[in-house]
Amino acid sequence: LKSQRLNGISHRGRVLTLDSMNPNVKRVEYAVRGPIVQRAVQIEKELKEGVKKPFTEVIKANIGDAHAMGQKPITFFRQVLALCSYPALLEDSKFPEDAKKRAQRILEACGGHSIGAYSTSQGIECIRQDVARYIEKRDGGIPSNPDNIYLSTGASDAIVTILKLLVCGEGRDRTGVMISIPQYPLYSAALADLGAVQINYYLDEDNCWSLNITELRRALNAAREHCNPRVLCIINPGNPTGQVQSRQCIEDVIRFAKEEHLFLMADEVYQDNVYAEGCQFHSFKKVLFEMGPEYSNTVEMASFHSTSKCYMGECGFRGGYMEVINLDPEVKAQLIKLVSVRLCPPVPGQALLDLVVNPPQPDEPSYATFMKERTAVLSTLAEKARLTEQIFNTVPGITCNPVQGAMYTFPGITLPQKAIDKAKELGLVPDMFYCMRLLEEDGICLVPGSGFGQREGTYHFRMTILPPTDKLKVVLQKIREFHLRFTQEFS
Amino acid sequence: SSHKGALLSPPRPRGHLGTKRKALSATRRGLPKEKMSENGIMSRAKVLTIDTMNPTVKKVEYAVRGPIVQRAVELERELSEGMKKPFAEVIKANIGDAHAMGQQPITFFRQVLALCSYPELLSDSTFPEDAKSRACRILQSCGGNSMGAYSASQGIDSVRQDVARYIERRDGGVACDPDNIYLTTGASDGIVTMLKLLVCGEGTTRTGVMIPIPQYPLYSAALAELGAVQIDYFLNEEKCWSLDITELQRAVNEARQYCNPRALCIINPGNPTGQVQSRQCIEDVIRFAAKERLFLMADEVYQDNVYAEGCQFHSFKKVLFEMGPEYAETVELASFHSTSKCYMGECGFRGGYMEIINMDDEVKDQLTKLLSVRLCPPVPGQALMDLVVNPPQPGEPSYGSFIKERTATLSALAEKAKLTEQVLNTVQGISCNPVQGAMYSFPRITIPEKAVKEATEKGQQPDMFYCMKMLEETGICLVPGSGFGQKDGTYHFRMTILPPTDKLKILLNKVKEFHQRFTQQYS
Repeated sequence: LKSQRLNGISHRGRVLTLDSMNPNVKRVEYAVRGPIVQRAVQIEKELKEGVKKPFTEVIKANIGDAHAMGQKPITFFRQVLALCSYPALLEDSKFPEDAKKRAQRILEACGGHSIGAYSTSQGIECIRQDVARYIEKRDGGIPSNPDNIYLSTGASDAIVTILKLLVCGEGRDRTGVMISIPQYPLYSAALADLGAVQINYYLDEDNCWSLNITELRRALNAAREHCNPRVLCIINPGNPTGQVQSRQCIEDVIRFAKEEHLFLMADEVYQDNVYAEGCQFHSFKKVLFEMGPEYSNTVEMASFHSTSKCYMGECGFRGGYMEVINLDPEVKAQLIKLVSVRLCPPVPGQALLDLVVNPPQPDEPSYATFMKERTAVLSTLAEKARLTEQIFNTVPGITCNPVQGAMYTFPGITLPQKAIDKAKELGLVPDMFYCMRLLEEDGICLVPGSGFGQREGTYHFRMTILPPTDKLKVVLQKIREFHLRFTQEFS
Repeated sequence: SSHKGALLSPPRPRGHLGTKRKALSATRRGLPKEKMSENGIMSRAKVLTIDTMNPTVKKVEYAVRGPIVQRAVELERELSEGMKKPFAEVIKANIGDAHAMGQQPITFFRQVLALCSYPELLSDSTFPEDAKSRACRILQSCGGNSMGAYSASQGIDSVRQDVARYIERRDGGVACDPDNIYLTTGASDGIVTMLKLLVCGEGTTRTGVMIPIPQYPLYSAALAELGAVQIDYFLNEEKCWSLDITELQRAVNEARQYCNPRALCIINPGNPTGQVQSRQCIEDVIRFAAKERLFLMADEVYQDNVYAEGCQFHSFKKVLFEMGPEYAETVELASFHSTSKCYMGECGFRGGYMEIINMDDEVKDQLTKLLSVRLCPPVPGQALMDLVVNPPQPGEPSYGSFIKERTATLSALAEKAKLTEQVLNTVQGISCNPVQGAMYSFPRITIPEKAVKEATEKGQQPDMFYCMKMLEETGICLVPGSGFGQKDGTYHFRMTILPPTDKLKILLNKVKEFHQRFTQQYS
């Protein structure tokens, strides 16, 4: 026991220090809310305190948070949520009948007819049934069993839960999990926390970030030397890259997973965010079943969805679900046991998810408004996706693949050697150096590509396409000017 | 950068290397052997089986929603399908879910939540001004003035400030820094996060965590999952479940032989036991934690649920600071609170917070980083927490109704606590300590030898056997004491005091009759 006497008061070493804490936690990184964002928040504070800057506001284009950027919630959804929160409003004539009906159905499924009661750990039953029906409609009639649906606290919760189940073994038998590079850094963070082995497979930037089976095979074979690869994760539409995989690609991935005996994890939270002509969302579940029983009876898969993206953008509600296919019944029992410890996902988020999968129908009063709002949001996003790609591609030194879907652009940036050297001097990764400069000079907060992974010697940044169109144009212009200035400065 | 691996380009695939890989046998490539099934069809074992899954997850148990509850749900299904049973409904007295048992939400809270969900209602004259001003304040702190935006990972700034002010008021002015407040997804989230930070080491240096027996089984579940060492200290049933320092000392001394004890968890008011610790006891625990260098975790989610005369809630934070700088500046403490209990009972919103005292700054950074991966706690739950710590004040329009509703709920609970103790103590073979606080009774039951034998033969814990029988015969679902831990050779059950008073009376009577029947049957 170390102890120093200072002012007569004993200052003993703390129980919990950097050296005596969980080592896995130290390995966790999450760039989307990492150091650059912390600096952005600091700058916001300074602005508020009156410090003079070359800009009047910080634009947080680092995180896929639509409402924070001014996107409006869907009126119908919020009406139902208000009715569920305060059922006295069911008497209020201002609310449309279809909203009241949805609210009543949800409340009847809650303990004591209150959203304040715990739900079952798997999630409110009638909501899981509605989710199953939604999946069936989406997938052209392929059956979905509500028992395979697990509601979750955002998609992140379910993804971490499944990864947790899969991790076992020691040393060379340790579970390896294949993830795309670039990836959404929840995956690398979860693998670090769980002490699983991260297996990187590279998306092909020269081919619009497409996925090559040869690359999957290369990664897998290399990995078998030092771990036990058991899982393959894919994000479609992609984050940060925005690519929407072709149907053929999805079939190939499924075939690969079957051949190599891998558990498939399909992160499909951007399934409604598809913009590019010729692109279409194909759910892994649908393709799996269309490949026939040899696949649909054997391939183990979990698909994830969320209320945070698409046209709803309801990040704060932490709503989500996963559908599990061909999960071993004994493992299912373990899964239910595991989720029971945290009791249940937030009920307001479950209610919201119910509305997402069971929105106003053509014969209902709220339909027209709903469709109008939904269409407006999605078409605006499509416009901004195009605008972003267009403008970035006019900048020498910035190369932007088409933003086929999702909510981000992940352009490649050319950094002058002098800038790379300067970054190294400062102990910074080059694209972090670039993004920090952009933040300090223009108040625009992006996330450096190093936070998502990229091929060595390449640099990128991820920017959301979420600011309102007018503001986005200004942001794109400022980035263009910054890039030219930066390139000039370090030439 | 943690992506060093990712930064390295892979070797360009070369023809002969690729061929070499393919020549590896299926076994070498880690693929399972093909199996021949009975009808001659080749089948393969699944990727994810009970044998190939995370072993620590298999060790996790959570009795509050365990096998007996699964059976109760089955029975409910059978009833709804028209099957005849000796009862008309299943009563779920297993879980601390007040609303499910008919308790009404606080009107003011739900009004504000409705206004936050659908701000159009701000122009609705049926809502009181104080509800509107709370809603406006919350919305202004949200990105885009919407509850649908992510918040900061530590929680909405203004809500954390309100929590800090609440704590200062509660603790008679002892200062609280909002930077030490972390909003969480229920208290469980904060508790698991803290335990995760604390766990390290291998073998005899593996982190040990002291927990009370009986305990709320979130603790044992979290420790199992994290692979930490569970160190049991027994509460004293003969002395109303009080905590003895000599018992703490015994437990920690023994544990030092095979692990590295680093944390001490205490639940006050207690779950499942309901005891409210005396101020002296809290001081002694703090002194013990300081002496033995233990990180203190104070689970205080039932802080408003105090019923017994002479009992009072003393927060660990307050007592710590009143013990002077020698303790206040050194003891590392995390206190937990929630929106699920007390007089609100808003379990479904998953609202909570923790206050962290004397945490190392570098560890704090790690904590912030860890929380950022999950983005933020549910914003409706954060908004609700804001109202709990910042309720209507005297002079505000909603004050009268608020106090009326709050008082009604708490006094009903106090009444039911007394009633429960009273009725159960009239039953020969049931012995119930006073329910001083929280929401449960945890009476000791005498189980006849014959029943113990039959249970053992069936491979069941005797009190699980007892509770299962009660469920099948009366439809009442309780949780056996073995789910919480108890001294060897003793048996208990945990029953909530939450059903409405009339129903509770019937329940208690049925439990009484069952116990008498059961004792008779196995005499």
